[in-house]
Amino acid sequence: MSDYESMVRAYRKAGGDPRVLRDPKCAFLVVNKNKILGKKKIEGIKVFRAEELPKGVKITLITQKGYRIEKPVYLCFGILPKRGLQEIYVDVKIADGSSITLIAHCTFPNAVKIKHIMSAEFRIGKGAFLGYHETHYHGESGGAEVIPQGKIYIDKGGRLDTSFTLIKGKVGKLRIDYEARAKEKAVAELVVKVYGKGDDDIRIKEKAILDGPYAKSLIKARVAVKDRAKTMAIGITEGNAPFCRGHVDCIEIVQGKAQAKALPIVQVIDDRARVTHEAAIGSIDKKQLETVMARGLSKEEAIDVVVKGMLR
Amino acid sequence: MLEIKGLRLTLNGHPILRGINLEVKKGEIHTILGVNGAGKSSLAYCLMGSEGYRPQEGRIRFLGNDITNLSISQRARMGLTLAWQESARFEGLLAREYLSLGMRNRGDSKRVTHALELVALNPKEFLGRAVDKTLSGGERKRIELASIIAMRPKLAILDEPDSGIDMLSLDDILNVIKSMKKEGSTIFLITHREEMASISDRVSLMCDGLIVKTGKPKEEMDYFKLHCKPCPTHKFPGKLKEGTTENTEKKLTRTQR
Ligand SMILES: Nc1ncnc2c1ncn2[C@@H]1O[C@H](COP(=O)(O)OP(=O)(O)OP(=O)(O)O)[C@@H](O)[C@H]1O
Ligand SMILES: [Mg+2]
Repeated sequence: MSDYESMVRAYRKAGGDPRVLRDPKCAFLVVNKNKILGKKKIEGIKVFRAEELPKGVKITLITQKGYRIEKPVYLCFGILPKRGLQEIYVDVKIADGSSITLIAHCTFPNAVKIKHIMSAEFRIGKGAFLGYHETHYHGESGGAEVIPQGKIYIDKGGRLDTSFTLIKGKVGKLRIDYEARAKEKAVAELVVKVYGKGDDDIRIKEKAILDGPYAKSLIKARVAVKDRAKTMAIGITEGNAPFCRGHVDCIEIVQGKAQAKALPIVQVIDDRARVTHEAAIGSIDKKQLETVMARGLSKEEAIDVVVKGMLR
Repeated sequence: MLEIKGLRLTLNGHPILRGINLEVKKGEIHTILGVNGAGKSSLAYCLMGSEGYRPQEGRIRFLGNDITNLSISQRARMGLTLAWQESARFEGLLAREYLSLGMRNRGDSKRVTHALELVALNPKEFLGRAVDKTLSGGERKRIELASIIAMRPKLAILDEPDSGIDMLSLDDILNVIKSMKKEGSTIFLITHREEMASISDRVSLMCDGLIVKTGKPKEEMDYFKLHCKPCPTHKFPGKLKEGTTENTEKKLTRTQR
């Protein structure tokens, strides 16, 4: 099997649909370790460049001003061997008034000792939109170390809608660090959903800085941990301008000997700003469990229904 | 179908159920009518096997089997279920999935649609809605009833299915309960509103952790209106709960007079 075929398989394992890689209307990029296996650009994207580096790749994507790209751009990053290092540098500019959605799958199906670092910078122009949705699969052994870092700048009236999902297989060690800065009337939504098992070690830091009047943000974390997994979710929101609104919403479900911490930090320096937070940590709500059990499901099945719903 | 004998439940030192004896017959709508704090919900939890509501004394038999020590799941698999007075909310779980939880064939979408139609919720609008905090109290309650209709249990305990639903739709709810009966479920209906009892075959009055009398709907509804509602227990739920049978009996004779 060629590397490309193996990668497409791994892509499917991570939840991707390989058909999109043949759709003539879709742009895509497939990377194994530091090798570019496939790439396509479509109309509306001004620059779509990928350079191979000794330890990874550097990606540049710039949209055309005012161009709304209907179909998502699919990105697939992976490491097929058991061991390896991958560094991904991402530089994305969403030009004023344009819109694009990037759907990324990161897949390390055979991970025994793998390190994946992503360092991304997203600049969203005036009235522009970026959807960035990342789904990970780290295999079943827990041997991955994944460090996604992102800085996002949203100009006046721009919108960001981003999610990070890792709910199948083991997590390994995860260190998420995202920061979004929003100008006037900009909107940022950051969502992270993770299911930790075994000895998984999860740390999530999401930060929204509301610098412009009427800027809005939502930081959401949904984490379930079982066995001996550990999680820490830090949600930070700074309200620095009049009439900005921010909310931090964190739910962590703990089973077995797992541990969870949540740390919402909200700060306001303008008396017309409003930032709120809610955090709930604990075992699954008894009422929810018993309601599902009263339909004939076992306790284990009921836990599964509740946790899967929350992580959806 | 369901036989309850000498059921006693004490919570944190308070006697809540003080020796319940009751029989629910196959195919009937049996209503428990009682003022706030009478112990109706506690009885429902006990029957379903909810954690923290294991009775200290007494037996529960369902379809001839002793289920007193069975888990919720085991009881449910035998055909017993409960619609809680305050229904739980589930983030991310769609009504379509929620309704099919109790169905043997989870792919039977017709049945799910039918159940939603019965509770007067438009399937087009609600099948894809999450059963979470975005639903209104009344919608949540209807979805709960729909999930029980879809399950078609042998015995459904409905704890105040009318709460959170406006007066105007009370008739709708009663019709829903009647159709559940038509579809083959026996109904154990819990309420503190006597007009709810009108569709029952039999009504039992509950007061202060005891079943005080059982009879025909008309008689029991009149009795409830005349004696139970004016009784101080109604105004001060739990106040008269110091817990002796004589207490209740005294109250009974006093109000009967
Ligand atoms: N865990 C508990 N510890 C102590 N007392 C309790 C506990 N749970 C319920 N009670 C008391 O038991 C009594 C019966 O409560 P229950 O909820 O069963 O009443 P109810 O008849 O369902 O009332 P309502 O009509 O208001 O729903 C109340 O006085 C209540 O305060
Ligand atoms: Mg009650």
